[in-house]
Amino acid sequence: MSSLTALASATTVGNPTLNIAIFVIFVLVTLTIVIKVAGGKKTAEQYYTAGGAFSGRQNGIAIAGDYLSAASFLGIAGAIALQGMDGFLYSIGFLVAWLVALLLVAELMRNTGRFTMADVLAYRLKQRPIRIAVSVSVLCVSLFYLLAQMAGAGGLVSLLLGVSGESAQNIVIAVVGIVMVTYVLIGGMKGTTWVQIIKAILLISAAAIMSVWVLAKFGMSLSGLFGKAVDVSAASETTKAAVEKAAKAGTTTTPQNIAETLLHYGTKYGKTTQAKIDFISLSMALVLGTAGLPHVLQRFYTVPTSKQARKSVEWAIWLIGGFYLLTLVIGFGAGALVGADKINAAPGKQNAAAPLLAYELGGSWMLGIVSGIAFATILAVVAGLTITASATFAHDLYKEVFKKGQSTQEQEVKIARISAIAIGLVAIFGGMLAKSQNIAFLVALAFAVAASANLPTILYSLFWKGFNTRGALWSIYGGLISSIGLIIFSPVVSGKMGVPTKQADGSMLMVSPSMFSGAAADGTPLVDFHWFPLDNPGLISIPLAFFLGWLGSKLSQEHNAQKYAEMEVRALTGHGVGPALDH
Amino acid sequence: MSDTAQTGAGDRYVAVQATPEFQALRKKFRGFVFPMTAFFLAWYFLYVFLSIFAQGFMNTILFGKITVGLIFGLLQFVTTFAITFMYARWANRELDPAADAVGSRIDGTKGH
Repeated sequence: MSSLTALASATTVGNPTLNIAIFVIFVLVTLTIVIKVAGGKKTAEQYYTAGGAFSGRQNGIAIAGDYLSAASFLGIAGAIALQGMDGFLYSIGFLVAWLVALLLVAELMRNTGRFTMADVLAYRLKQRPIRIAVSVSVLCVSLFYLLAQMAGAGGLVSLLLGVSGESAQNIVIAVVGIVMVTYVLIGGMKGTTWVQIIKAILLISAAAIMSVWVLAKFGMSLSGLFGKAVDVSAASETTKAAVEKAAKAGTTTTPQNIAETLLHYGTKYGKTTQAKIDFISLSMALVLGTAGLPHVLQRFYTVPTSKQARKSVEWAIWLIGGFYLLTLVIGFGAGALVGADKINAAPGKQNAAAPLLAYELGGSWMLGIVSGIAFATILAVVAGLTITASATFAHDLYKEVFKKGQSTQEQEVKIARISAIAIGLVAIFGGMLAKSQNIAFLVALAFAVAASANLPTILYSLFWKGFNTRGALWSIYGGLISSIGLIIFSPVVSGKMGVPTKQADGSMLMVSPSMFSGAAADGTPLVDFHWFPLDNPGLISIPLAFFLGWLGSKLSQEHNAQKYAEMEVRALTGHGVGPALDH
Repeated sequence: MSDTAQTGAGDRYVAVQATPEFQALRKKFRGFVFPMTAFFLAWYFLYVFLSIFAQGFMNTILFGKITVGLIFGLLQFVTTFAITFMYARWANRELDPAADAVGSRIDGTKGH
């Protein structure tokens, strides 16, 4: 076993200096571009939305860059390598979710809002209470998502740079935070968008090259690749251990039988009734959460028209869908060419699958390139989140709530910049604290909160005449409190207390949000106060938020017919939108 | 910005909203996107339910190492791409001209 570990860490590390060098080159090149495109002082519009000057195609690529996080790249590839089809099942929710954005949200949002998500939600309702509620929810979602990315950066470093010390991870988190704030301060939305475009092109190209390379080794046959992955798994120590474990439990099985489950659904999400219901809950959060993610919605304001917003989502769907198809090949490729034993022995475990595959294919150069891209991925995502959160602070809370709409552009942009620095500090210190957390759990939480607190209000205000302020407040706060509350009392948070060994496992980027649920079976938790049986709250909190939005609206008489007409006509026709009305 | 509704502009929107043309536009839009949303949600959750409740069926080998479940998963990609393509084509050809016709009543111009 120890020789195996030594072997694995030798291959994992590759050449740390090369990895760092490639990452530094990426940062320098993107920073140069950010400085070049930035150009002098910014109006609020330029800072938040790049003046709406991007084309649909550019924005679509940037959306892919914003959306494909390290959890997608490393986490899903690793899940497919070790769990097979269940990892694939998990990835599909992230793609299908984009149809909600395409059909129901993107164009109408573009036509009715200008800077932030709250612009749309507060349009025909009472400004102050709605902006405050939306800001709270936007900041919660962004914070969870941001912490997940920062925690991921910490986990990534032990994997890619061959260092596993606390302080080294903290330094990397701080560097990522500082670079991200620099992008945002210098480049605003324009600079951030270019970083995301570059990252998306690099990430998708690297994934495409790796996939073709893998398939070429199997005569371009997916079936051949799957067969090899099963054979390698059947011969692995990991499978042998599973056979022995089964024998102890009184079941006779063969390595071949266990390896075959790579091709089967249900190895992870179908084990127990609870796991099944949990996955339904997770799928709901994924499919309905995407169109409620503030940093995704903010991107629709960077194009000039709803037609370009439509084009953005079209491009995003092609790229994101293509990427997840490649991930299937990369995952099984890692299973076939690297093998479960090496992946499990590497620091970072399943997140090491894609980098180890890169090393297997192209040696330390390929590993260095993939590592650099993985860091770039984190940078681009956190910069997008920072812009969105700082826009919410400056535009919704400072300008509209605190100053009641009476502030100058300079003041607003200044507040936005200060907020970006503050968010950067929160992200750095939060990331240091959260680095032992399960990142997929944090991401799933962000999706669940977005689907519960944001999406019902977005859909109601775009499509339901009878919606009003009380309905919106009940829905936003109800969705927010129920989703976060249920998470606190779920096995994933409260069932794991006092099981530090299990918690330490969470320092990897793991795809499963329910990784702690097995803790009770392996070792009895010292404190277990969970009473909500599911790891993901979506199944309860999303319908509840929709119901509260309906009930609250029914119990209030408020209706602004003029505003409703204005919003609906603008949303559907795209006329009367934009600077012409902004005197 | 949105404060313009306090002036006469707001009434103009109410008037436009009441026109048969606008009502037809809304009906046209919802007539496409609502059934499509219902379809893709049902289709996606069918896949999820089969994957976790009907594993015997999903794990059936079709040929080589290719299972029914893999084909189901790949079909999710196919339908997502197809819906995207169909919607974009429909919106460009049918929705935009209708929206521009109604919209020109507001600002007298022909779109942006």
